[in-house]
Amino acid sequence: MIKKTCLSIAIALLYLGNVSAESVFVTLENDNALAVVDPIAGKLIKTIPIGQRPRGIAISPDYKYLYIATSDDNTIKVIDTVSFKELGHLPSGKDPETFALNPAGNRVYVSNEDDSLVTVIDVPTKKAIKQIKVGVEPEGITVSPDNRWLVSASETTNMVHWIDTKTNTIVENSLVDPRPRAVSFTADSQQLWVSSEMAGSVMVLDANKQQLLKTIKFEISGVTADKIQPVGVVIDKQRHHAYVALGPANRVAVINAQTFEVEKILLVGQRVWNLAFSPDQKRLYTTNGTSNDISIIDLDSQTVTKSIAVGTYPWGVAVKP
Amino acid sequence: MMPSLNRILISLLYLLLINTTQPVYAKAKLSINIAYLTQEQKIPPQLSNLDPFVIDKGLKGAELGIADNNTTGEFTGQQFNLVKFIVPLEANVADTFNKDIANKFQYVIINLNAEQLNTLADLPAAKNMLLFDVSTLDDSLRNEQCRSNVLHLLPNRAMRADALAQYMLKKRWSKWFLVIGSSPEDRLYAEALKRSAKRFGMKIVTEKTWEHTFDARKTTQSDIAVFTQVDDYDVLVVADEHSEFGEYLDYRTWLARPVIGTQGLIASAWHKTHENWGAIQIQNRFKEKAGRWMEEQDYGAYLAIRALGEATTRSLSSELKLIKAYLLSPAFALNGYTGAPLSFRIWDGQLRMPVLLAAPRASIAVAPIEGFLHPKTELDTLGFDQAESHCQWTPQ
Repeated sequence: MIKKTCLSIAIALLYLGNVSAESVFVTLENDNALAVVDPIAGKLIKTIPIGQRPRGIAISPDYKYLYIATSDDNTIKVIDTVSFKELGHLPSGKDPETFALNPAGNRVYVSNEDDSLVTVIDVPTKKAIKQIKVGVEPEGITVSPDNRWLVSASETTNMVHWIDTKTNTIVENSLVDPRPRAVSFTADSQQLWVSSEMAGSVMVLDANKQQLLKTIKFEISGVTADKIQPVGVVIDKQRHHAYVALGPANRVAVINAQTFEVEKILLVGQRVWNLAFSPDQKRLYTTNGTSNDISIIDLDSQTVTKSIAVGTYPWGVAVKP
Repeated sequence: MMPSLNRILISLLYLLLINTTQPVYAKAKLSINIAYLTQEQKIPPQLSNLDPFVIDKGLKGAELGIADNNTTGEFTGQQFNLVKFIVPLEANVADTFNKDIANKFQYVIINLNAEQLNTLADLPAAKNMLLFDVSTLDDSLRNEQCRSNVLHLLPNRAMRADALAQYMLKKRWSKWFLVIGSSPEDRLYAEALKRSAKRFGMKIVTEKTWEHTFDARKTTQSDIAVFTQVDDYDVLVVADEHSEFGEYLDYRTWLARPVIGTQGLIASAWHKTHENWGAIQIQNRFKEKAGRWMEEQDYGAYLAIRALGEATTRSLSSELKLIKAYLLSPAFALNGYTGAPLSFRIWDGQLRMPVLLAAPRASIAVAPIEGFLHPKTELDTLGFDQAESHCQWTPQ
């Protein structure tokens, strides 16, 4: 009897634990720290010193490890998601900012902006196995969910480079609008979405033909075109909606991912930068660079439900269920 | 020893990589030749020994632009070549232009003064050329003296003065003590400041011309203290483009007041303190290449060549008519690492760009300052907007 009660309590605790266990990790570029947020409670749980100028962040497919680019340490740190202990680091090359993890979690691809290179790192051995020459200032980088493509965007060359993940060589280049920032595949790997900061646009490319399907432009009353500078872009699993962070326009655009129409514009924090879904895709988290907070968007109602102060210059965001 | 060895290794690695990852885009090669024209400068007397005189301002920026364009060119099959012409001190730039550049180049980066620029722009040979002015600040060249074959890459004096005035208005420093140097350029800068004062409702309570010595060792504490004993003001605004005395003013004024203008807090297209919007990347790239900080003329020349690269890539042509049409079209948006897309004003050929406000070791603000609004683009709150321009410029 007592045993049974204990078990139920334990199960109940476990259940409760699961409900409120979702953690949002935010790199704080100016605080040299990582913020850990409980998005359900809407609270900043703690802030952990993490290294010099942390920016890019990714979580392993099993959610056990965080990879964090600490730019001024010239490395990518591997952090345990429970103890937050540093388990090692990856040879990222100089000043790493953005990087991508493949679906299997055994390759990390790093943009080396100063050297116009993409470095391929084997995660188990923590070794750089190849450097791929790309255009000037590579930034946005992603791997298609089917692991066929590695795509790197060069900000000054204004191109996305299509790299075969088997050979680590470029097989095609697509010219895109000026200063491409983020690149994101749809869950079915059929489309690549590219945000362009200077043209204020998002381009949707057919991933099989590497051809342009649609250029999406944004209009916001009371905001001049110059201020609309798209950065982060994410598309939901069902490809119903895409969400685009519009930088100094301080807004997130909601796009119908079937018709490519802009359906809604949501006001968030200042200089909204990067985006991440909750694992159940019920919420979207945004890092707001200059208002030092993150916004939580409820995706059913498509409204901003909360903003949480996290620290100075929140940059990247990763989520653990 | 170590860095150079590293560099060799990196270069070797590059060579290997080029062999293994040959870009696939490289189709028909398109070659674009660009001339860079400047004249040797007489080294001016130094105000201080702190800053070395830079003799290749502009050229290094052009070279970086070529390097960036050619990295892109590896994927697009375009090759950009820069040929530099440095005219000796006593020689005539028009002779070099006619002899070496005319009929050989269509695109010329010009790092010369206003008078020389317009002499060249008016030559018959320049009719079918596009000249990129990377050094003049003259408001007249964006108005009555504008030329339809010239694009201006640096902000003119009115844009700079407006940037300063916006900042001063925001700080409520509305009463100015205007101090003007003795050179013609100083008077032009002062004119621009007066225009801005009027535009933004600021008051110039006192205006004085500096007529004292130009030697730091002789300009005593008392000179400036006496000179600045005027009616109360909020801010000392100085127009001293050649930096002959402006640096002495700070900390020596009779009243404790900030100094702004050509010294103290300055308005510039580029500054070594600027790091935002990816600027740190180009600062690093430039320093690695040139071994010094990027100066304004370097930035102007870099932008000119990047603009040409962008127009060539987009129009898939090196033909003047198409390039110029693209540069002046609404589709053209150039990244200048200053937080807003750059484009050309179709009424005077001036690059529409933010202006940085910087102290010697700190980035202070970027104009247009938040809150200065415009129906089309906030960038047009700086300088001559379409309705104000006196340029009779019909882009061909």
